[in-house]
Amino acid sequence: MAEPEPTEVVEPVPGAADLTAAPEAAQAEVPPEIIAQTLGEYLRAWGVRIRAGESGVLPVIVAMVVIMAVFEIISPNHVFLSPTNLVNLFQQSAVFMVLAMAEAFVLVLGEIDLSVGFVGACGAAITVQLVQPLTTNWPWWAAIAGGLLFCAVFGAVQGTLVTRLRLPSFIVTLAGYLIANGIFLQILLFGPFSGYPSLAGFSDNLQVIYALMWGNIDPVISWVGAGVVVAALGLLIWFGDHRRRQSGLVAPPVSLTLIKIGIIAVVAVVVVLICNTNRATLVVLEGVPWVIPVVLGVLGIWTVLFGRTRYGRYMYAIGGNPEAARRAGLNLAMIRTAAFALCSVTAGVAILLYASLLGGINNNFQGGQYVLYAVAAAVIGGTSLFGGRGKPLHGVLGGLVIGGIYNGMFLQGLPVQAEYVVTGLVLIAAVTIDAVSRRGATSGSVTRV
Amino acid sequence: MTAAVARADSSSESLLQIKELDKHFGPVQALYHVDLELPSSQVTALCGDNGAGKTVLTKCVAGIYQPDHGQVFWEGRPVHVRNARDAARLGIETVYQDLALADNLDIVQNMFLGRERLRTGLLDEDNMERAAKETLASLRVTTVRSIRQPVASLSGGQRQSVAVAKAVMWNSKLVIMDEPTAALGVVQTRMVLDLIKRLRDRGLAVMVISHNLNDVFEVADRIAVLYLGRMVAQDKASAFDRQSVVEYMTTGGFGGGGRARAN
Repeated sequence: MAEPEPTEVVEPVPGAADLTAAPEAAQAEVPPEIIAQTLGEYLRAWGVRIRAGESGVLPVIVAMVVIMAVFEIISPNHVFLSPTNLVNLFQQSAVFMVLAMAEAFVLVLGEIDLSVGFVGACGAAITVQLVQPLTTNWPWWAAIAGGLLFCAVFGAVQGTLVTRLRLPSFIVTLAGYLIANGIFLQILLFGPFSGYPSLAGFSDNLQVIYALMWGNIDPVISWVGAGVVVAALGLLIWFGDHRRRQSGLVAPPVSLTLIKIGIIAVVAVVVVLICNTNRATLVVLEGVPWVIPVVLGVLGIWTVLFGRTRYGRYMYAIGGNPEAARRAGLNLAMIRTAAFALCSVTAGVAILLYASLLGGINNNFQGGQYVLYAVAAAVIGGTSLFGGRGKPLHGVLGGLVIGGIYNGMFLQGLPVQAEYVVTGLVLIAAVTIDAVSRRGATSGSVTRV
Repeated sequence: MTAAVARADSSSESLLQIKELDKHFGPVQALYHVDLELPSSQVTALCGDNGAGKTVLTKCVAGIYQPDHGQVFWEGRPVHVRNARDAARLGIETVYQDLALADNLDIVQNMFLGRERLRTGLLDEDNMERAAKETLASLRVTTVRSIRQPVASLSGGQRQSVAVAKAVMWNSKLVIMDEPTAALGVVQTRMVLDLIKRLRDRGLAVMVISHNLNDVFEVADRIAVLYLGRMVAQDKASAFDRQSVVEYMTTGGFGGGGRARAN
């Protein structure tokens, strides 16, 4: 941000007075599907866009493939891509993924929330405490609702401070981080568990929370469920595109629609095949783990909220140009506050998954580190730190990259020091791609920071 | 057109009429007994030097500021415009100098911002896209490659066109434009001026704030000049020439006549 301004202005065409009319830049910004009518044109337009830096989720997918290839080659006995490890990897990544989706709410607004780790931990700790059969013994659903309600209130208070008092979100959520850390430790102390409430035990309610991460869906039902999901998504995409083609609106070619549906079907089949392989040696361990539908459910709901509702549209508008949003008559304070609340609720889900993964929750939880991973995952996936750009899907992809690094380094027996360094380098790479593409898209016109 | 011109002379039928409007900020009297008429099917240019009160007057009409005194008549009836929503409900839309477009949203999304159409609770993109397309076509804005491209990729003139299309989409009757050509090149200025004429031909009242007398004399049917918060001249454009407008703007009078009204 402290870069000297004049050196940054790169004149793409010498002597071109009207930079806004530079055709290369304009073409790059136009999403390919809206100017291309055939598959060939579409691919060509996509190529132009990638060369200009507007590559969407492509860098993170490339990163994922590279990470997988490298770790598969170097991992002992090539276990990285074994079904057991891939399921493991997803379970480890799930916390990052959901926490990154939480952070997406505030990042799209151009804000940041540093408190998500410990606020989510408070929610998870409340849930784990409430289901303990020795004390409160609440049903699992009520305990989860109670934990998430705490998160919602905490997030709404932070959002109110940011919007009504116009305090910087960085400071408010930094304070929230400390306060939530204190509350979290206090919640752990309640009950006869010496600060270590666990999910071990035979109560149904404990088992449900534990099964979030460790439970598996019966292989046959896994296939049926995957089939239903693919069919539903496929029909939605097909009829959506078909209707647009019929009414003469901008629509992708039929072949592209089919390719999209095909990719979804292939991914679903591969995932179910991997998961339905027996992953244990002495006992039978097979079927899709519950955590996959949980993560996909969060992804699905938030994708609809971000992309298909007024609320989502308003978040992008505020992130892009708050003044325009205000003039359009939007209630900025309400939208922002709700975003902070939804961010905290999603964080509650994420850390509940963490508690399930570890079979309980205790004061070893590294709330600060998880926040940084969440922001890193969102940015690696393609969400902008400067607001106005980002999707829940970015968090899922970025979370997989971070989880992949974590898992691969662990398999190598590399120490945690190396893992931090590599994750940091990947983050730098992701931010560089973001910044370079931004400069490519806006060079010469308006420099937005 | 002849009917519209005839109507302009009888003040009672003006779309918007402001009488004796006062506005002060602390000790500063920004507007003093300002009268203004904006008839339908005519372009009224509001001229004035910096600090003359053009923007304050605009914001009073658009509901951003509340006048201290004075009356506002809309289609002959007295009205109170308390906020931007009131103004929109009457049919008053303002295109500000900064255009108020979100760069990261596309043309359709910008045009419908704050008034999205829904179907079963979700955004009805198809419906909005069709309506946006029709509006742009009716204004003959044809230079954009696709209405699904982000506003960031548009040229200055195209952005102005989108902002205007956004304003006229809602059956508005009065469109106020603040310095619409200030940042534009020659070709794009032409594009925007043609667009303003098209709005007039549709029967809308248009108020254009401008420093550029070339533009003013090209599109304006009527000219109003503010000087230090007072309306010093207001008449048909043919009653002015460049010399007189400049003199009203800089001295508040013409031909040494002090603060005389042109009519």
